Amino acid sequence: MNPVANNGPGRGAGRALPWALVTPALGWTLAFFVLPFIAMGLSSLTAHEGGGFALSNYSQFFTNPSYLQAMVNSLQVTAIVTLVSVLLAYPFAWILAEQVPERWQRLALMLAVLPFWTSYVVRSYSWLLVLAQNGVINRVLTGSGLISEPLQLANTRLATVTGFVHFFVMLLTLTIFANLKQLSPSYRKAAADLGAGPVRTFLHVVLPLTLPGIMVGAFLTFVLCIGDYITPQILGGNNELLMPQLVMMQIGRRGDFPLASALSIILMAVVTVAYLACARWLKIERA
Amino acid sequence: MHRAVRIVSWLYALAVYAFIFLPVVVLVLFSLQSTSFPIPPFTGPSLRWYEAVLSDTRLTSALVNSLLVASISSLAAVTLGFLSAWGFARFVLPGSALLRGLITLPLTVSYLIIGMGLLVLFNWAGVPKSLLAAGIGHVVINLPLCFAIIYSQMGDHQVNIERAARDLGAPEWKVLLLITVPVMAPAIFAGFFLSMTFSWDEFVISFLLTRFETTLPVEIWNLLRSGLNPKTNAVGSLVFAVSIVLVVLFELTLLRRKPA
Repeated sequence: MNPVANNGPGRGAGRALPWALVTPALGWTLAFFVLPFIAMGLSSLTAHEGGGFALSNYSQFFTNPSYLQAMVNSLQVTAIVTLVSVLLAYPFAWILAEQVPERWQRLALMLAVLPFWTSYVVRSYSWLLVLAQNGVINRVLTGSGLISEPLQLANTRLATVTGFVHFFVMLLTLTIFANLKQLSPSYRKAAADLGAGPVRTFLHVVLPLTLPGIMVGAFLTFVLCIGDYITPQILGGNNELLMPQLVMMQIGRRGDFPLASALSIILMAVVTVAYLACARWLKIERA
Repeated sequence: MHRAVRIVSWLYALAVYAFIFLPVVVLVLFSLQSTSFPIPPFTGPSLRWYEAVLSDTRLTSALVNSLLVASISSLAAVTLGFLSAWGFARFVLPGSALLRGLITLPLTVSYLIIGMGLLVLFNWAGVPKSLLAAGIGHVVINLPLCFAIIYSQMGDHQVNIERAARDLGAPEWKVLLLITVPVMAPAIFAGFFLSMTFSWDEFVISFLLTRFETTLPVEIWNLLRSGLNPKTNAVGSLVFAVSIVLVVLFELTLLRRKPA
């Protein structure tokens, strides 16, 4: 895959050239990714008042019930979003890959992910138009006489989950579709030759073979969802806080960088644990 | 049986398409509202809110800022990504796998945390909040992407052409500019366009790292304080249109090149 083996540097290239090529990118990553991370780590270990060394930012998280609640909320919302998105996207991707005629597939897929390209902020705002007190859904429902009072749809967990699911259904449709298309048809033919019907073929051949791809997509959903501030802030409001909202609140209202740093690091630790669990699962699956 | 599956499939697909398009249709439809609330009943069509957007200098300058930050940061990201990908693919470097891992590491960290880290660092170093600071952050998120795309596309084919050029006496810089860059053009374009769309859309880093002059997503966020407003619909529809143009350009320039 990699051409390194039989290809030494060109004549006159010297030792300096390769380093000159890779140093700018490495330097950038060190200066603006690693160094900020260290700064954040140090900041999380200083007291907001006074500035001496302190573990109080971390201990606050474990002793303040509202902080722990934010983490619980984040994990719950992320788990629900990931599960619902996978369950919605898989059949959809399957239909696009198996039921739609070959020549229309590209178009069908492009259409399915078109709103993916609307701006992040705008997408959440659009859902607000749909879900607000006097928004489209409430107008339609009251207008048709199904309900007499408008429902409280915006500023709820349901709204946050809807906004997230909308985005991740598109993302997962892309990844699962790619996965299904990579499956060689000979697997299905072999299953059919051995007497399996379409349902058994799907359950025992197609689904297990696409499972690692689903896991990768689900992990991506988890990471992007748990770190997102916009969707819960616009659609969920401040009724129940998620972790990113809590972090932003420390910066915005109180200017408390150390606490915001500590909360960010805790959030990152949770994602890392999820990553390790996912990687381990994938390794076991492949072995 | 077969027919039933087909009908259920069609209904399901239609329902998902409806779910995916519902907010976008509502957004665009009520951007054409002639009264002041983007809620039913529809009173348009009217272009008054588009005029309001285009005559709002805060929004138009934010739009220019966004385009500037996106194009310059993407150019920087793709240049750094390309040079490092070439270096790692062409030469044997000690600790290569580890260093490549380091370059792609930011892909696994959420934008909020990257933004927070830069905010803390710049705050300590006394770097003021600015578009430049946000642009630096955008390079951090897009460099690993450009690197990964370009590195994955460097293969034997390109190495052989480079060797031929070198045998014919071309110096390294000529090989790079006249051979490697043109051969790698599709991957370079892919990295650049993807970076453009991500930077154009990015909110949280810009929000944390800019103050007075800011990018369009942040300015739209400021508009949201006024609640539901057809002006927000209009600017949202315009942003959507720009993104679609970018995506279509991307499809046309890149995917057409591959033999079907």
